[in-house]
Amino acid sequence: MDFPILLAILLAPVAAALILAFVPREEHMLIRCIAAVGTFVSLALSLFAYFTYNQEIGGLQFVFGNNMPWIKDLGVTFFLAADGISLPMLLLTNLIGFSAVFASWNVNNRPREFFILLMLLITGVMGTFIAHDLFIFLLFYEVVVIPIYIMVVIWGSSKRVTKEYAGMKLTIYLLIGSAFLLVGVIALFVKTTAITGTPDMSFTGLAAAAQQLSPFDQTWLFALMLLGFGSLISMWPFHSWSPDGYAGAPTAVSMIHAGVLKKIGGYGLVKIALYMLPLGAKFWAPYMAVFGVIGVAYAAMGALAQKDLKYVVGYSSVSHMGYVILAVACMDVIGLNGAVANMFAHGVMAALFFSMIGFIYEKTHTRWIPDMGGLARQTPRLAVGFMLAAMASLGLPGLVSFIPEFTIFISAFNNYGGLAVVGIAGIIITALYVLRAGANTLFGPPRPEYDHLQDIKGPELVPLVVLGTVLVVGGFLPSLLFDMINSGVMPLHAAINDALQLGGNF
Amino acid sequence: MPFDPSALTLEMLVAALGLGILVLGLIVPKGSRHGLGWLTLFGLLGILGVAVSMWGDSRELIGGMYLVDNYALFWKITFLLAAALVVLGSMRYVDDMGSQAEYYSMTVFAALGMMVMASAGDFITLYLGLELMTIAFIILVCFRKTDAKSVEAGMKYVLLAGMSSAVLLYGMSLLYGLTGSVIMLNVSQVIAVQPLTPALILAVVLLIAGLGFKISAVPFHMWSPDVYEGAPTPVTSFLAMGSKAASFAVLLRLFVTGLPGIWANWTMVVAILAAVTMIVGNLVAIPQTNVKRLLAYSSIAQAGYIMVGLITASEAGIKGVMFYAFLYVFATVGAFTVAGYFYSVTGSDELKDYAGLSQRSPLMAAVMLVALLSMAGIPPLAGFVGKFYLFKTIVDGYLWLAFIGLIMSMVSVYYYLRVALVMYRDEPLDPTPIKLPSPVAVTLILAMVVTMVVGIYPGPLSEVVNSAAHSFFLH
Repeated sequence: MDFPILLAILLAPVAAALILAFVPREEHMLIRCIAAVGTFVSLALSLFAYFTYNQEIGGLQFVFGNNMPWIKDLGVTFFLAADGISLPMLLLTNLIGFSAVFASWNVNNRPREFFILLMLLITGVMGTFIAHDLFIFLLFYEVVVIPIYIMVVIWGSSKRVTKEYAGMKLTIYLLIGSAFLLVGVIALFVKTTAITGTPDMSFTGLAAAAQQLSPFDQTWLFALMLLGFGSLISMWPFHSWSPDGYAGAPTAVSMIHAGVLKKIGGYGLVKIALYMLPLGAKFWAPYMAVFGVIGVAYAAMGALAQKDLKYVVGYSSVSHMGYVILAVACMDVIGLNGAVANMFAHGVMAALFFSMIGFIYEKTHTRWIPDMGGLARQTPRLAVGFMLAAMASLGLPGLVSFIPEFTIFISAFNNYGGLAVVGIAGIIITALYVLRAGANTLFGPPRPEYDHLQDIKGPELVPLVVLGTVLVVGGFLPSLLFDMINSGVMPLHAAINDALQLGGNF
Repeated sequence: MPFDPSALTLEMLVAALGLGILVLGLIVPKGSRHGLGWLTLFGLLGILGVAVSMWGDSRELIGGMYLVDNYALFWKITFLLAAALVVLGSMRYVDDMGSQAEYYSMTVFAALGMMVMASAGDFITLYLGLELMTIAFIILVCFRKTDAKSVEAGMKYVLLAGMSSAVLLYGMSLLYGLTGSVIMLNVSQVIAVQPLTPALILAVVLLIAGLGFKISAVPFHMWSPDVYEGAPTPVTSFLAMGSKAASFAVLLRLFVTGLPGIWANWTMVVAILAAVTMIVGNLVAIPQTNVKRLLAYSSIAQAGYIMVGLITASEAGIKGVMFYAFLYVFATVGAFTVAGYFYSVTGSDELKDYAGLSQRSPLMAAVMLVALLSMAGIPPLAGFVGKFYLFKTIVDGYLWLAFIGLIMSMVSVYYYLRVALVMYRDEPLDPTPIKLPSPVAVTLILAMVVTMVVGIYPGPLSEVVNSAAHSFFLH
């Protein structure tokens, strides 16, 4: 057997967490370094996996444990595998996870517990992207909720809403969503087992069996999954946890949550709901498109009205996810490519944004935009990171998010004409609130009370360098991202198309 | 069929252990009675070893009065494990209370009652086991004789347990009158050819009510929060999981073996009872400020989840019940041992006094969190797999119940996390670290490890339970 690279990627942070549990709690520097090493190993290995993945062959690679029975009577195997859709997400997780460790460099309140929870959180997120078995996927899916809750209530901040409120809202929303998802998954499992006679929980097995379900079954099962995944990706009208939750959460949690965790929702929609229940997806696609576009417009307006930096980015992430939902609803190759690519691009951008806001807050003790101004003069490097993220957010050509958004617009215009126009108009509002936030925070006359501020330096620069590099490289070499995604989307789309042809009279 | 006493080895050994400890308690001087706990523990573990070696034995004794099969054996192993864990975790608590000999022997007799219940093939044996267990529990519940709450709890338990036994007995006597037999296998044959008469309906209602009391299903749950709060904590833990699990073992036998034809007509009633139990248990737990009361309501909700497995009464449903009951034992032991030891140290069961527990004793806080989250069904803990097994049996036909069950388990996260919040976020009022004696620490670690391992890798346990559930239908 080859070196189980996916398992190693998954277990590196777990190993770090275990080591951390035995480090004396006063050794702050050692604790940070162990966390950094753990995430670095995962990052390096996932870069290696990303660039050695054979796009010519495509399909599932780095397969691990597909014949290792885990729970026999449920047909569960500990099946890890990666394809062109999961690899960008895996890489994104590790980019953000690694940066998040450095964005939390100055956590001095119980750092050991903080980094242990952070490692578990990163492991959970990675697990969802490389699991190829629905049961294992669910295991990782819900595992992330509890560390997040504890991190928010201990290390979060109570500015506009208390951190207890933010944490509980985040948790309850996601758990209720996952309850619906769970019912959907159990029903899907029982119904497919009844058809084939042998329980099988692997994505491929479920997808094959699910094609024999009646259109009606597919429709309500898809609705349940849409509720679960939709509330995770903050689809309008299930988005209200997102701005509050991010505002209450500590920087690292905001980064991971906005950067990758909510992408599990989009990933699940594409790789589970759409792939297994294409007829259901066909039925719900127009509704999804409408929800997506409302999300884009509504959240962008919401962001316009905010004066708290974290709320601006919180609403903006809801708005950007609206594009992803719109793109998934298109159900064609271009749209799905755009959806996955936009999740990647938004992840990098949002993580950079939140890490910069985290530093601003750490230094100025405020996130209130009217209280700031001219920070570019006092903290130029912070300003560079902030503006990079801001420009990526409004889709500046040359940065990673331009091409994905463009792709989504093409596909949306083909499929939903008029709706797409509303969606595209959202980008104008985005430009408005992003530029205004940037201008009022960074430019204008510098304020004397911030003269003493230290610019970010040393380890604090890591998020800026890592995520900034990806923003620029992804912008100039989009093929690095798109070829990979395309190699995953093509077979998926072909499978969906076949299913739709067969059930075309629906 | 000749009577073969070797089939009763386990029961005889347990009875001998209980009596032996009672006698030894009279001989051993007061100062060294501490050792009785260890004696009980090793006795139970030894019997557990014998029980495991008997796996696969399948017999009917005395014309079906006593059924020996993997189903019964799995329950017996569960009860023995539960009793052993309770004894291990409660030694310090018992030394504080005194009267060790009586405490340990009553615990052993309660376990014996449960074991008899698991094997009962007729109403008389069933009732015998049930009463043995209940009477032992009555004594245990009011064991803290100087504590008004404990005595009150004991009084309530005597009255209500007596009443529920009467109700159950009345139901059984009606069934005997209708069928002329007390042996379940015979009853099922007679019932199969009988029309559904009002007397039969009354009998089934009385049986459900009587056993509903034991599993504290709503609306027969009123006693449990008061009794759970007042009883000594280790007893509460044994009462919450042991007596509940034994009653489920009996419920399955009674309805699936004894009344299979009728059962189909009653599934809707059970589904509604299960739904109400989950909803009431979880919602009433939310405002609780006393940890033991909170756990009491949560254990009511747990009974609601387990009832889901009764609905289909198929092999899969039985498997779900057994699997969930087994891991519920460990989660309960974990949570109550923390509560019990916390009481020994601080003299309080109030949630607000748990502030900063994670700093005073990281292990206690972690075990409490793991136990609670497992009850809530959060992966990768065992409760998740357990709920998966239970709810998968009902998505065809009772989809609404699956919705209620899963949404209610997410609601339960709300109050479980409140406990986590107090333990992890708040600063302790009294920051002195809590030192755990090794038996308590071992109990806690065992409970936590089992809950996590079964959650991550449920394969082996699931196969054992499959074989146990399979043997259920072989009679």
